[in-house]
Amino acid sequence: MAGSFDESGADLELVGVTKRFPGFTAIENLNLTIPAGSFFALLGPSGCGKTTTLRLVAGLEEPTAGRILIGGKDVTTSKPHQRPVNTVFQSYALFPHMTVLGNVEFGLKRRGISSARELAHEALRLVELDHVAGRRPAQLSGGQQQRVALARAVVNRPALLLLDEPLGALDLKLRRQMQLELKSIQSEVGLTFLHVTHDQEEAMTMADTVAVMNKGRIEQMGAPEELYELPRTTFVANFLGQSNLFTGDVVSTEKDSMTVDIAGLGIKVPRERAQRHAGEVTIGVRPEKLTLHTAKPESTAGVNILGPGTVIDVSFTGVSTQYLVQVPGLPVLTVFAQNMVFGPVAEPGAEVYVSWRVEHGFGLADEPEPEPKFAGDDDTRTIAVQRRQRLEDELDEA
Amino acid sequence: MAFGAFANSGPDLSAAAPRRRSYVAIILLAPGVVYLLATFVAPLVSLVLTSFKEPGGDFEVGEYVYAFRWENYAEAIGRFGEIFLRTFGYSLLATILALLISYPLAYFIGVTLRRFPLWQSLVLILVIAPFFISFLLRTLAWKAIFADEGPVVSFLQAIGILGPEDYLNGTAFTVIFGLTYNYIPFMTLPIYTSLERLDLRYVEAGGDLYAGPAQRFWRIILPLSLPGVVSGTLLTFIPASGDYVNASKDFLGSTNTVMAGNVINDMFFQSFYPLSAAVSILLMIAILIPVVAYVARSGSEDLL
Amino acid sequence: MSTQEAAALATAESAPAPRGRARSGRGGAGAWVVGAYSLLALAIMMIPIVYTIVFSFNDARRTNIVWRGFTLDNWLKICDDARVCESFGNSIIVGVVATVVATILGTMIAIAIVRYTFRFTTLITILLFLPMATPEVVLGSGLGSQFVNMGVERGLWTIIVAHIMFCISFVVVTVRARVASLDPALEEAGRDLYASPAQVFWRVTLPLLMPGILAAALLCFALSFDDFIITNFVSGNAETFPKFVYVAASRGIPPQSNVIASAVFVLAIVIVVAAQLSAGVRRRKLAKTG
Repeated sequence: MAGSFDESGADLELVGVTKRFPGFTAIENLNLTIPAGSFFALLGPSGCGKTTTLRLVAGLEEPTAGRILIGGKDVTTSKPHQRPVNTVFQSYALFPHMTVLGNVEFGLKRRGISSARELAHEALRLVELDHVAGRRPAQLSGGQQQRVALARAVVNRPALLLLDEPLGALDLKLRRQMQLELKSIQSEVGLTFLHVTHDQEEAMTMADTVAVMNKGRIEQMGAPEELYELPRTTFVANFLGQSNLFTGDVVSTEKDSMTVDIAGLGIKVPRERAQRHAGEVTIGVRPEKLTLHTAKPESTAGVNILGPGTVIDVSFTGVSTQYLVQVPGLPVLTVFAQNMVFGPVAEPGAEVYVSWRVEHGFGLADEPEPEPKFAGDDDTRTIAVQRRQRLEDELDEA
Repeated sequence: MAFGAFANSGPDLSAAAPRRRSYVAIILLAPGVVYLLATFVAPLVSLVLTSFKEPGGDFEVGEYVYAFRWENYAEAIGRFGEIFLRTFGYSLLATILALLISYPLAYFIGVTLRRFPLWQSLVLILVIAPFFISFLLRTLAWKAIFADEGPVVSFLQAIGILGPEDYLNGTAFTVIFGLTYNYIPFMTLPIYTSLERLDLRYVEAGGDLYAGPAQRFWRIILPLSLPGVVSGTLLTFIPASGDYVNASKDFLGSTNTVMAGNVINDMFFQSFYPLSAAVSILLMIAILIPVVAYVARSGSEDLL
Repeated sequence: MSTQEAAALATAESAPAPRGRARSGRGGAGAWVVGAYSLLALAIMMIPIVYTIVFSFNDARRTNIVWRGFTLDNWLKICDDARVCESFGNSIIVGVVATVVATILGTMIAIAIVRYTFRFTTLITILLFLPMATPEVVLGSGLGSQFVNMGVERGLWTIIVAHIMFCISFVVVTVRARVASLDPALEEAGRDLYASPAQVFWRVTLPLLMPGILAAALLCFALSFDDFIITNFVSGNAETFPKFVYVAASRGIPPQSNVIASAVFVLAIVIVVAAQLSAGVRRRKLAKTG
């Protein structure tokens, strides 16, 4: 009835999967292969199609087009109860009318497995909850419920375990703890995990491979460090952490690097870290890679320098301090500086320079956007800062 | 539970979840719908047909043939016009009285007792307790209490409100009293349900924004409990207007308090089926028009 | 449970209840007036109930209007007036059959209208709403005249037919709320955990709907058991308990009918109070362990 159940998980392959709902397309021609035994995260904002992908794999939705293969077997038309796949639901979906044990052995019993009870106890021991086997789910805490939901899925030894934002309802501390637990359980049982989340930190902490999804497509896929250090699109650069992005024309190309004209300054980017090498391009650098200088630094080979600019805001965030720097002709720069000394390095209004090593820059694949329709397409905070700046300028003049 | 609030927060699917459409729906619906067509719609049609029948056969009582006799309606309106007005007046009055009694009661249970869940459910049981004891026996109990030599009449005579020859049973007072009493639970329960869900923080926000107690009631509490008031008044007015037990002479009424329901009942059992049917149709129309207008005005078409 | 988890849980549980348990914003005097008014209203509502129960112990002769002294005879010889017991039995038969049939039909409709889209949704909604918006006397005279037109002999079964009709809408309304509040993820979890569609229905959906279905069944039984207005038109010679009381009202009600009404009342109240108390105990237990 329920296909074969592997001990080690199986590959998942999506081939040209499209899902349309009346009125909109949730997923457009999605191709994806998840190798057996991996911990794979689908990361994206709400509405990007990640949960729909998960439901398609579980069989809770039928694709409009395309095929879904698990362990090489086409399951596109199989019903959910015929697929070797189990889900940890977002709200856990524990059956409130059954005990914890009843919940965990539910799947085994449906498959007619004779040792259901022992296996269920074993799974509960794995999540350290065997002592509450006789209770109802409503009598458990959120973290305990989450672990029961996990045990209920893992006990079936599915080829593929789907996790639908399983930690979303937990508070921060508990979430951290569960992240580590999930990861260790995954390596213990060796199943293939497909984890859906909108929390970039959670995806990066837990997964071997992260796929960033946007508007029904996968923008970029790879190991967490790779995605962070070398984003390929504006969406990834901004969704995964923060980025300082600049747009300009490529003016010259050297052996290893290329020079881009940014507001009259020549900014270098390594060639192999840029997706496009001619015409108008968008390049970027992460805020923590930037260094703040109160005096103009010596220009050195292998270092990009911007400035002079004005510090328009300083905010202390504990481990680091965030500076917003306005360089004429450029978007507001964000700089993260480690708090190595007490107090800020520069006060608002100070004249500063910003530098970074060439190898930290990256070039994006996006076609540069046409002229922005609205001048200040910034977040409210930047706008507020700019307003204050203008106001102070006016006061100075008066 | 704090985490319950997060359930189903995934906009990915909830916006898109299409309802299924299949033959299963037909299998689920068909038996009940066919049943209602046969036992509710067909009788209404039959009632309309009957209301136009004329005496037939050998002119024996109770023998009628299908015809198109408008005169049945003319007769119904001519003979019972005053009774229709009385029915409407009695039911309206009973509904208003029930509302005046039920709203504070529902507020007391739903809001004041909110901090004492056990007391709340026990008092709620008192409200529905009348459901568990025969409606007819309760009405007869009032008849005994309002009897000419009973405690209420004796007391009212002693303090001079009633003259020595006056009585209560069989008057409009007892009929309206009975109607009000019998339908209070139908009024209280829906109002209670909407007050029980009322988030008191709205009321506090009103107080924070300079609303005094009266304004908090008129501008916050009452509008938020209006759905309950609407269904409560409907659940009281509709059955009260069709009631014929309270107004019956064996209960709290007399020949001076006859309501439409009594006419329908009496005509039916005297085998004047067309006249009984015509009065039924007229009553139904007379009820449905104000009810539909009321529902449309209060904007709660989604009563079911 | 780790200490971190316990701490997290404690903060989660101490979060304010969503309904806002704040003290009633209205002043003390207002609350007292509302309370006193409510208790007075409740006390008046209880008078006929107390009267009915007290007079079940009356040493009545021909009529049961004047108090003649306390006796247990009426309770010990309930069936002395055979018609009382017979009509009571009929009411039970009618109530049980009508409840079972109406609950099944109504539950099916409730599931269909929440879960499926179909044409004529509005028409079906109106069809379900109208029986509740029609005065009972019209329902009764309509069904009665249809039985007369068709030449059907009226009796117990026609009463059952009528009671199923007026119960269906109430069952639909009650169960529909439960179906609508059912988290679809629970059924999806069932499907995900290898349960076939039939197994999902019997092991997940139905048990979760059960409280709503039971409430609907109780409501239907109570409506059927106490109905007189419709029953009167469709009963022919058959007699239910309310019809017996109505007929007997003109010549005097035997005290045995008070006994039956009181016994049913006490039984119902005991069941309801017990259910409430056990729910309260369960809530408290949950609050302690949860």
